[in-house]
Amino acid sequence: MNEPAQPKLRVATTSLAGCFGCHTSFLDIDERLLELLKHIEFDRSPLTDIKHCGPCDIGIIEGGVCNAENVHVLREFRANCKILIAIGACAINGGLPAQRNHLSLAEVLEEVYHAQHGLVDGFIPNDPELPLPLDKVHPLHEVVKIDYFIPGCPPSADAIWKVLTDLLDGREPELGHDLIHYD
Amino acid sequence: MVCQINTHAAYLDPILIRHRPSDLLQILILAQDHYGYIHSDAIDHISAALKLPRSKIEGVAGFYSFLHLQPPGAYRVLFSDNITDRMSGSVALMESMCSQLWVEPGKLSEDNLLSIDTTSCTGMCDQGPAMLVNGLAINRLTQDRANAICELIREQVPVSAWPAVFFSIEDNIQRRDILLDSHFQSGSSLAALLLRGTDETLQQIKASLLRGRGGAGFSSGAKWELCRQAAGDARFVVCNADEGEPGTFKDRVLLNNFADMVFEGMTLCARIIGAKKGFLYLRGEYRYLLNHLQAVLQRRRQQGLLGNDILGHADFNFDIDIHLGAGAYICGEESALIESLEGKRGTPRNRPPFPVTHGYLNMPTVVNNVETFAAASLIALNGGAWYAGIGTGASSGTKILSVSGDCDCPGIYEYPYGVTVAQVLDDCGARDTQAVQISGPSGVCIAPDEFGRRIAFEDIPTAGSFMVFDKTRDMFEVARNFVHFFKHESCGFCTPCRVGTSLLSNMMDKLANGYGSPYDFAEIEKLNALLQSTSHCGLGHSACNPVLETIAKFRPAYDTRLAHKDFVPSFDLDRALSQARQMTGRNDTGAHLERSQD
Amino acid sequence: MINTFTLDGMSIPFSEGQTIIQAAMAAGVYIPHLCFNPQFKPHGSCKLCTVKVNGRQSSSCTHQALSGMVVESNTTQINDERRMLLQMLFVEGNHFCPSCEKSGNCQLQATAYELHMMSPHFDQFFPDRAVDASHPEYLLDFNRCILCSLCVRASRDVDSKNVFALSGRGIKSRLIVNAKSGLLADTDFCGDDKAANVCPVGVILKKRIGFAVPIGQRSFDEQPISASPHPVMKEV
Repeated sequence: MNEPAQPKLRVATTSLAGCFGCHTSFLDIDERLLELLKHIEFDRSPLTDIKHCGPCDIGIIEGGVCNAENVHVLREFRANCKILIAIGACAINGGLPAQRNHLSLAEVLEEVYHAQHGLVDGFIPNDPELPLPLDKVHPLHEVVKIDYFIPGCPPSADAIWKVLTDLLDGREPELGHDLIHYD
Repeated sequence: MVCQINTHAAYLDPILIRHRPSDLLQILILAQDHYGYIHSDAIDHISAALKLPRSKIEGVAGFYSFLHLQPPGAYRVLFSDNITDRMSGSVALMESMCSQLWVEPGKLSEDNLLSIDTTSCTGMCDQGPAMLVNGLAINRLTQDRANAICELIREQVPVSAWPAVFFSIEDNIQRRDILLDSHFQSGSSLAALLLRGTDETLQQIKASLLRGRGGAGFSSGAKWELCRQAAGDARFVVCNADEGEPGTFKDRVLLNNFADMVFEGMTLCARIIGAKKGFLYLRGEYRYLLNHLQAVLQRRRQQGLLGNDILGHADFNFDIDIHLGAGAYICGEESALIESLEGKRGTPRNRPPFPVTHGYLNMPTVVNNVETFAAASLIALNGGAWYAGIGTGASSGTKILSVSGDCDCPGIYEYPYGVTVAQVLDDCGARDTQAVQISGPSGVCIAPDEFGRRIAFEDIPTAGSFMVFDKTRDMFEVARNFVHFFKHESCGFCTPCRVGTSLLSNMMDKLANGYGSPYDFAEIEKLNALLQSTSHCGLGHSACNPVLETIAKFRPAYDTRLAHKDFVPSFDLDRALSQARQMTGRNDTGAHLERSQD
Repeated sequence: MINTFTLDGMSIPFSEGQTIIQAAMAAGVYIPHLCFNPQFKPHGSCKLCTVKVNGRQSSSCTHQALSGMVVESNTTQINDERRMLLQMLFVEGNHFCPSCEKSGNCQLQATAYELHMMSPHFDQFFPDRAVDASHPEYLLDFNRCILCSLCVRASRDVDSKNVFALSGRGIKSRLIVNAKSGLLADTDFCGDDKAANVCPVGVILKKRIGFAVPIGQRSFDEQPISASPHPVMKEV
């Protein structure tokens, strides 16, 4: 990577309908994080606890879109980030949360809040603070335009490092055989 | 259990005894005719009798739209869903019938009495809106007629007792030329053949420069000669009457009025190539013609024009079987048609080899259009030079057009090749014409500045479909209808066509639903390119033609659909929350989503 | 005299009757493919092996090699088209690699790696397809079926059983089994069948042995599919 000659790139990250596994893998770049921090600074991210995303160069999103809040966050990222990256299986094809897609949402909610063994007078939470679930879980690119994808469940730290360093160096990100995997 | 199987044996055995395993599709059609659908026990019986695996029988039955493995209801109403049917009000009539009869489109009614659905063009575009009820064609639907049909179904009157006028089908011949005005005498062409000799008759066919009327335009004489020269223990003649290209209905009229010419053309071909057996593959939608055609064949046998020793020649033996299709447009593709004749799923074969050397049962086979065989009869009678003198240099003879859409006199028009689009429009009483779709969805869409172009192989080749759209019509919706047609009719064999036609339909729906942006436009163009370059057969290659043609010529119809500057989802995010709203009883602002950002 | 044709500038020898892909594989040149398997009669449905022959697109698995023909395969345009075909297959079914026993040994996945498919691109169809777990030894997960019909061909042509067939049409095409109940347990399928071991994706799976080989050591972890298109699968 070149020495920093320009102002640091602002990077935001978030997890929607995901498990934070991709963020954990991001942290697995270990000591290279220090090198990376010479070139980037974090905006909204679980790492900073900044709640809203400001204008950024790169946004990295893990997880699919399963509820109204996910839509709001995703739109905020798209509006603020020059480059938006979908990271991980859930962001890319819905992943595990999308396994509910062959059921109707009514069936899912009934099963979870009414029919589950041990529930007494179960009711479906209706607090306005809670985001409502969408009828289907969607990959990110079905809701907003996505510029790059880092597949994997999670992608390896090396894959994440490669994509970020490619972008920092102004190259089209490319993952070779050892770095591209879907599981 | 045993008792049930015997129930099926009672009607299946007489069918099975008359057929071979390669007639599986015909067996299934007859079995369904008897029982209403193909019962699982019936499959057991057929499987045992023909020594065919059950999986193969289910695989074949599952391919054809008109075959049912589950009870489909006593009344099966299928609205023809060509754009011309829609233009004459089919959508509202279907909605009206569904609501009157309390049934959801495409689903069996709760009392198992009926189902109402759409089907691909039934070939009645000159007298639409049209429908099939239990496989029989009813045309000129009006609200009154739809109401009456609802009443008949509600009263459970058998279809055979419905008013005959519902089932009357007009020929609508508007312009006759050499073929439709020929006053053909059955046997006359065969007599000419025998007088002239087989070799010389083939020379006359070649000299006539006759080209296939199905649209591709391969030289008929060359095809017959190749077949004649090909090695094989047997040869076959196949008449392609699977007239499924939306907007085409000329074969319906030819078979209704000129069946002798068609059969005689097939018999000529048989004599020339040395075939003893021929097939007419009749699309399922035209099964109302079946009894008539069987009667013509029977009469021809009695007249010594079919069967053994034709016209007293001991070495001239040829007969024709009629095979029915069962709702699969792809079977109009000649190699898929042959697969279907062999009782298989109608999947187009890998070519080469071509049917002319490896066709039915892998034997040399000539497959020609109905109109081609009829024209061959005329040529045998009047000579090749006479025929070659009609039309243009590269396109000899006449072409029968099926004219429908926005004009005063839809119907059948026969013209010498070379007629201009403008002339046809003038003759059929079209006014304020915005576009003409020629040769169906897989053909070309012509704008007014091209109305001087000619119907001819060297300019606009066509199988005959000629659909007229006046200035009130939305050409985007025309293309969307065609794209849905291809999706419904894709055989599913190859990836690009199977998935690509669905993706293309979804994208056109996205535009129609108001979620379009230039992004989607670029996606459509990418898909178009992929379908054209990687599809297995012509269906996939041409599935994007309607979109390409209308984008090129009627771009404003698309621009109004590109409501958004940037990508928006193909679905309504707020509606995607409606189920959750309903389940939680919430309707606060947090329970809603704006449609999109721009 | 040895017959040859040109493939991406290389001279490829072939013998009479060989198709382009057969000759290319014999020469050690990889052409992406899914429905082709050297042990079975090619039928050309997946279209991944599309090449340009003298400038025209054609399926290399069914196209007979001819002396002097000029074939292009590894070009940007053709690989872009192949990637789109893969994306179509991925959105048509439910391909969730992290929870698939075949992951790492899957030809669809490995071919997608080879062609740098970073996302399925199109909107997912999320079809509702059942799993058939009726058989004591084998599982059928139709969510992953790409309709290559290799199991159909294997069962029909090698096992002489016709356990599998395709039914439906178009986007509703689906794999069925030869039983009145529609269940694998009621067929004469058995684990020794060729058809049990030919699925390029994760539809036909032996029960109780999933995820036996650690990530990193599976067939296509070790080398890309282009290096070894049909390795002996480690879990089978």
